[in-house]
Amino acid sequence: MGEEGQRTGPGAVAVAALAGAVLLFLIAPVVIILIVSFSGADYLRFPPPSLSLRWYQRFFGIAAWRQAIGVSTQVALLTMVFATMLGFFASLALVRGRFRGKGAIYAFLLSPMIVPTIITAIGLYFFFARLKATGSILAMALGHTVLALPVVVIIIAATLQGFDVRFEQAALSLGASRFTALRRVTLPLIMPGVLSAALFAFLTSFDELLIPLFLSGVEVQTLTVRVWNSLLLEVDPTIAAVSSFLIGVTITVLGASALLRGHGETPGT
Amino acid sequence: MVAVQDVSATIDRGSFFTLLGPSGSGKTTTLMMVAGFAYPTQGEVFVDGKPLAGLPPQKRELGMVFQSYAVFPHLTVFDNIAFPLQIRRARRAEIRQRVGEALELVQLQGYDRRLPRQLSGGEQQRVALARALVFRPRVLLMDEPLGALDKKLRAHMQLELKHIQRHLHVTVMYVTHDQEEALTMSDRVAVMQSGRIEQVGTPAELYEAPASRFVADFLGESNFVDGVIVGAPTAGRWLVRSGGGLEFRGVGAVPLQAGQPVTAAIRPEKLVPVEGPADALQTGAVNTCKGTVEEAIYVGDATRYRVALGADGAVTVKVPNRLGLRRPAEGEAVALAWSPDETRLFPRGET
Repeated sequence: MGEEGQRTGPGAVAVAALAGAVLLFLIAPVVIILIVSFSGADYLRFPPPSLSLRWYQRFFGIAAWRQAIGVSTQVALLTMVFATMLGFFASLALVRGRFRGKGAIYAFLLSPMIVPTIITAIGLYFFFARLKATGSILAMALGHTVLALPVVVIIIAATLQGFDVRFEQAALSLGASRFTALRRVTLPLIMPGVLSAALFAFLTSFDELLIPLFLSGVEVQTLTVRVWNSLLLEVDPTIAAVSSFLIGVTITVLGASALLRGHGETPGT
Repeated sequence: MVAVQDVSATIDRGSFFTLLGPSGSGKTTTLMMVAGFAYPTQGEVFVDGKPLAGLPPQKRELGMVFQSYAVFPHLTVFDNIAFPLQIRRARRAEIRQRVGEALELVQLQGYDRRLPRQLSGGEQQRVALARALVFRPRVLLMDEPLGALDKKLRAHMQLELKHIQRHLHVTVMYVTHDQEEALTMSDRVAVMQSGRIEQVGTPAELYEAPASRFVADFLGESNFVDGVIVGAPTAGRWLVRSGGGLEFRGVGAVPLQAGQPVTAAIRPEKLVPVEGPADALQTGAVNTCKGTVEEAIYVGDATRYRVALGADGAVTVKVPNRLGLRRPAEGEAVALAWSPDETRLFPRGET
């Protein structure tokens, strides 16, 4: 116990060095992209010869890119709403309910995490193609809901498990109906978990490529699909600016989620 | 798995009834059945002569206080106590008035704007109590409500709870594993073990006349001496000869017969060290024995002695620390006297 604070041996130094190297390896591509996005050069080059904001100007200046941001945001928001609502009620049933096949249903809900996304995407493509619904924001949002559901269920189910059921029993004993108890006691208390799940659902959709790659049309393209298409045609630092934008959104959302967690520790027993 | 079976008791209106038992004895499960959070596979719960079986918890009109308080952490003290009234769509003025009365009842005036995390455990428990009483429930159910409080505060809350219960004349069903708490607060106590009620009675009945060895052991303290009944009873008192050759008289907790193996239970404070040789006291009206003081422990209000009785092991004797009472020293030979009426005999073989 007393030696825990001392980390001076050669072994400890080696561990620290290795950990540092791993972190560097993980963060390096992000840092390089960020730097390149501020490049003044006409092509992707590292280190950039000069600095400018011209690629950001280009990114936000071209209508097609701006449209793509709009599409991605709409798809991600719809996904967030669908996945959070479905996931909340599914978690409630899975954590509180007593019925046969609970384990099987839980596994089924989590299966999109295990099934390769390309398989899900192809399946969704044939499904929506038959309905002649490809190229719609709703179709893409429904596709992403499938992908986001496991994350939502895991987060909300974990939150519910840590929630003392006696708060709910107390509400019932005081005369509240099941719905009132849920609305006035359970939901406010697990709200940090629900919001955190919603943010992750948003992110799951916002930077996902495969589903919109199959489901988007010529006019309705998400940001990720546009990045993909432009990579095939022309590679210029605009891509770096778009990527930096995506990274920025991700960091903002994750930061918000971390704040929520820290702020609203679920009250336990 | 059967958690609870053969639990049958009647609680008088306005009385304080306690389910007492060790953990796992089924007392909380029984309470949860009354509250509607657990379902009996057989049997029925009645309140005011009406069965509760079909009613979900929210329709039972029973107040409930949990050990974990279960005060809603996101609501102020006022909103916590107002919760059951808002559910019942009481008018705003009425809510204000009744919450105010409830706060006064639990002595938390001026706390209405505070959040539960700004309160101590004892204060949170008062909020839980006020919230459970404010809608005038038919019965107040309490599940080890004082279990999380420290000893001094617990003793204080026991008296206060009892006072509130008497003042409001509310029927209370209380669960605890603390026998002292049960004795202090209850009008009647049901002692539970392994999902069954062992005995129901007033605190005095349970303490002075336990119906089983378990009750004698769990409630207060008892010395147990094994023996066999010799001969027929005289005036309702059986003569017992212990394994170590000691002879004494006692009262059967259940019908007994000659030759039956029994265990005698004697409370430590009923054993009195006496002067002079024990033989001189052999009058038949009093049980006596001889022993040696092995250990004397001063515990403030009394001194506890361990007195070795030879082949019958040792007994605990409790003597109040008062002038004029004989308080032998360690190593001293001593004679003990006690009444046959305070010697309870249980058939041996039962646990």
